[in-house]
Amino acid sequence: MNEMTDRRSGWGMADLLVGVVVLAILSLIIAWATHAPHPHPEVGSISLAYWKLPLYALYSWLRMAAAYVISLLFTFVYAYAAAYNKRAEKILLPLLDILQSIPVLSFLPVVLLAFIALFPGSRIGVNLASIVLIFTGQVWNMVFALYHGLITIPRDLRESALSLNLSPWQRFRTLELPYSMVGLVWNSMMSWAGGWFFLMAAEMFSLGSRNYQLLGLGSYLQAAANRADWFAEIAGLLTLVGVIVLMDQLIWRPLLAWADKFKMELVEGDSRVRSAVLMILRRSQIVAWLGDRVLQPLLEWSDRFFGETIPALRRKGPLPTLSTFIRTVVIIAAILVLVIALQGTVRLAQHLSWSQVALVFAATGATLLRVVTALAISVLWTVPVGVLIGMNRKWAAALTPVTQIAASVPATALFPGIVALLIHLQGGLSSAAVLLMVLGTQWYVLFNVIAGASAIPEDLREATKMFRLSRVKVWTTLILPAIYPYLITGLITAAGGAWNASIVAEYVSFQSHVYTTFGIGSLIAQASTHGRFPLLLLSTSSLAVVVVVINRLIWRPLYNRAAERYTLSS
Amino acid sequence: MIKPTKSDALIRMLGVTKMYVQPDKYDIRILDDITLEIHPGEFIALLGPSGSGKSTLLRIVTGLAEPSFGTVLYRGRPVSGPNPNAAMVFQSFALYPWLTVLQNVELGLAAKGTPPAERHERSVKLIDLIGLNGYEDAFPKELSGGMRQRVGFARALAVEPEMLCMDEPFSALDYLTAENLRSELLDLWLESKIPTRAILMVTHGIEEAVYMADRIIILSKNPARVVADLPVGLPYPRNRKSHDFLQMVDTVYKLVTGWADDEVEEEHLAELTETRNPERPRLKPIPYGHLSMLSGLLELVADRGGRDDLYHLGSELFLEVDDLLPVTETAELFNLAEVKEGDLYLTSLGREFVEADVGDRKSIISDQLRDIPMFRLVDRVLRSKANHAMVKEFFNDILEEHFSVEEAERQLKTAINWGRFADLFHYDTDTELLYLSEDQLEPEIQSDDMQEMPSDR
Repeated sequence: MNEMTDRRSGWGMADLLVGVVVLAILSLIIAWATHAPHPHPEVGSISLAYWKLPLYALYSWLRMAAAYVISLLFTFVYAYAAAYNKRAEKILLPLLDILQSIPVLSFLPVVLLAFIALFPGSRIGVNLASIVLIFTGQVWNMVFALYHGLITIPRDLRESALSLNLSPWQRFRTLELPYSMVGLVWNSMMSWAGGWFFLMAAEMFSLGSRNYQLLGLGSYLQAAANRADWFAEIAGLLTLVGVIVLMDQLIWRPLLAWADKFKMELVEGDSRVRSAVLMILRRSQIVAWLGDRVLQPLLEWSDRFFGETIPALRRKGPLPTLSTFIRTVVIIAAILVLVIALQGTVRLAQHLSWSQVALVFAATGATLLRVVTALAISVLWTVPVGVLIGMNRKWAAALTPVTQIAASVPATALFPGIVALLIHLQGGLSSAAVLLMVLGTQWYVLFNVIAGASAIPEDLREATKMFRLSRVKVWTTLILPAIYPYLITGLITAAGGAWNASIVAEYVSFQSHVYTTFGIGSLIAQASTHGRFPLLLLSTSSLAVVVVVINRLIWRPLYNRAAERYTLSS
Repeated sequence: MIKPTKSDALIRMLGVTKMYVQPDKYDIRILDDITLEIHPGEFIALLGPSGSGKSTLLRIVTGLAEPSFGTVLYRGRPVSGPNPNAAMVFQSFALYPWLTVLQNVELGLAAKGTPPAERHERSVKLIDLIGLNGYEDAFPKELSGGMRQRVGFARALAVEPEMLCMDEPFSALDYLTAENLRSELLDLWLESKIPTRAILMVTHGIEEAVYMADRIIILSKNPARVVADLPVGLPYPRNRKSHDFLQMVDTVYKLVTGWADDEVEEEHLAELTETRNPERPRLKPIPYGHLSMLSGLLELVADRGGRDDLYHLGSELFLEVDDLLPVTETAELFNLAEVKEGDLYLTSLGREFVEADVGDRKSIISDQLRDIPMFRLVDRVLRSKANHAMVKEFFNDILEEHFSVEEAERQLKTAINWGRFADLFHYDTDTELLYLSEDQLEPEIQSDDMQEMPSDR
């Protein structure tokens, strides 16, 4: 994971400060949502007709695409500020850490209410809310990727850009963007996967007695499960897989193959990503013509345009007095908002009783137990299977596409169906919740283990054969240490996913029944459904704090140790 | 000495000084009061040991870095920001891997706003000149190292710079490729096929400097000062085997290695002056010599009858003076050898060392290490602790009082390496602890003049 390569550990004042500010602003949003008038709820009608599926898929896809575009824009602004402004960096990095630990799903109802209040009587509000939620689910890792790219540009390349007198715009398009491209493409893929996860959950839910529904694949799957229409459920799932595979073939693969040229390696690697689609595009006359006649002149024009405007803007910049005036106004406004927000926090907190605090504490513990169990189950099955696949080229070639497709199905899409099957079994939702978490997170672990096992050098494996090491010895001296860094990376991502999944896994409404099991996820879901905002704030912050603390105290040291001790390249 | 009139200088450096300011610690001075002039028609080689700040000086000349004090004038005007009349060739080539050869070469012209057609024409011409025709559409990763550096030259020359600055341009290339490229560049320069008015090349290869430059400037280390500024009067093309050439190389060698002697004296002087401030005596840096290389070198010198020419040794071992010096300095530090006028002599202890087996060699080195302040410091600290262990961080902090952060890290790394070799103390990488085992506790280091040790705070 990118966020882990930044080796800050320990706590700064900035962490505390940023944490307080985030808390205050969250309560401001909650306060606004509770006081805003609630117009009539939007009850869309989902039709289970098969022919509607492409349309629903398109709706879902458009929401995702909109959220992705916003994420991309946000990424550039945020990462640039963090990478090039030392003072901003001190605030922006811890903020990023905290923001990505806040479970997005817990704010679904609140954000929805806020947006419905903004656009009363139309579907825009609901749609915007859904887009914003997907955005918050996909943006953070992209920011980390670009930030990491910007700060690791080799000094020589930076200096050569300087000594060639490239303008800021030229520097961006010939150095900074290309250098970060590989990380950006990979993280865009991850973000889309994350986006599907939230989209499925964000399209249909109930708030008290009111049902909100957006036309889309997620609602379709939920509705099909509710009506126990299993053919429709399967058709929906197939459509979803179809969309994801299509995206992979038409967009991600060509992009990855194209991004190959941005790798910083100076020798040609042997594992190049190939894409037939990209080849067709590259050999096409139309694309070549467009490149020569449209793209090239456009770039020339942009060089001239930005070459003139950016220095002009710098020279003309607002008068010093004016800019200090504006800055003062902004700072005062920010402080005012903060004070109001903190007041809101205090007011919400006053509604809390000690028994509720204890409840949140216990619920966090219960979910922690579930997360640990889910991770343990994931490790138990993925390590042997992953090593088997990774160390055997034939198996890897045969199984990788299968696992990739399996992994691409967002776990939330399977939830309604699986809950329907498991809810009546022993243990009920309590054990089903663990299974749902495993379902959502095992892939991160599996893929990392496969990557780790396939990276074990041949000579080390031959050495174990020479010494006739026993099977157990081979595992303890070679395989486990070699996959350790990869395993940790996978587990970090998986743990984050598991915490987030707890909200949908511990509280399920199915066929007009609500099934819950004790945990922080169900507490959050209940609090938001019944509008108990003080409890919602407390439980969400508790979840965020636990995630941040575990990241800092357990995952980061483990990761650093893995990077120092068990990395095979020296 | 070349003494042209001041008005025609291309570059004038006036008292250029560079320091790294460390809060609450000593400021580290990299460059100290450097005043130099570069005139049109000159090919200057900037020579000095690694870490002498010659690359920093080059970056200040091109405007990539700013001096802490002093100014750089370009044709009489102060340089601020990257100098558009200077172009840079990098040791690592610094090509953009995602751009083709042609696109890389066009880059500087694009930045100047040259129209596409003209840009293309000029770049193609230059690519021809530099011997890369046919490779216009290749990506850097498809080229060999020598070809990549050709692209590096073409990219720098495309903007027709008056000043060509080169940061060890040949040191990442293999011997034959480098030689080929050197003579080709000289041809371009001597026959005025390129509009460049002056070349400034940073290098640590003495032969390379004598072969190419018509003026050599030698810098010292910690901080860098100009030690010598000498013209190379040999006619081109130069013959590496000729008597005059070898004479010149020998002179430069003596100046570069002789600087090491001077430095010792200077340090004595510094020590004398700094006794006025007895609270903070300086800790002497130790060279980064590899102990395995030390053994090899001493054995070779012993085979030669106990003395050999340093330049001869270096070329025999395929070592540049940069790699050789730390080893000879280590030999001197351990009293195993002495350097006089470019020759290395074995001492009697050195002879004993060569005769000894591995175990005895270790004990000779461990005896020598016990006299070095840094090791006395480590030993004293470890002995004074009840558990005979101390975190690495502690020593790092002490060293950072005396050296820059990177230097402190390198010093400690070398010290740990030597300490492990001589079995003076142990170091555990996982816990980052330096500690003494039972048997290491036995021989106590004579603690006669402890006052010269830095006080641990």
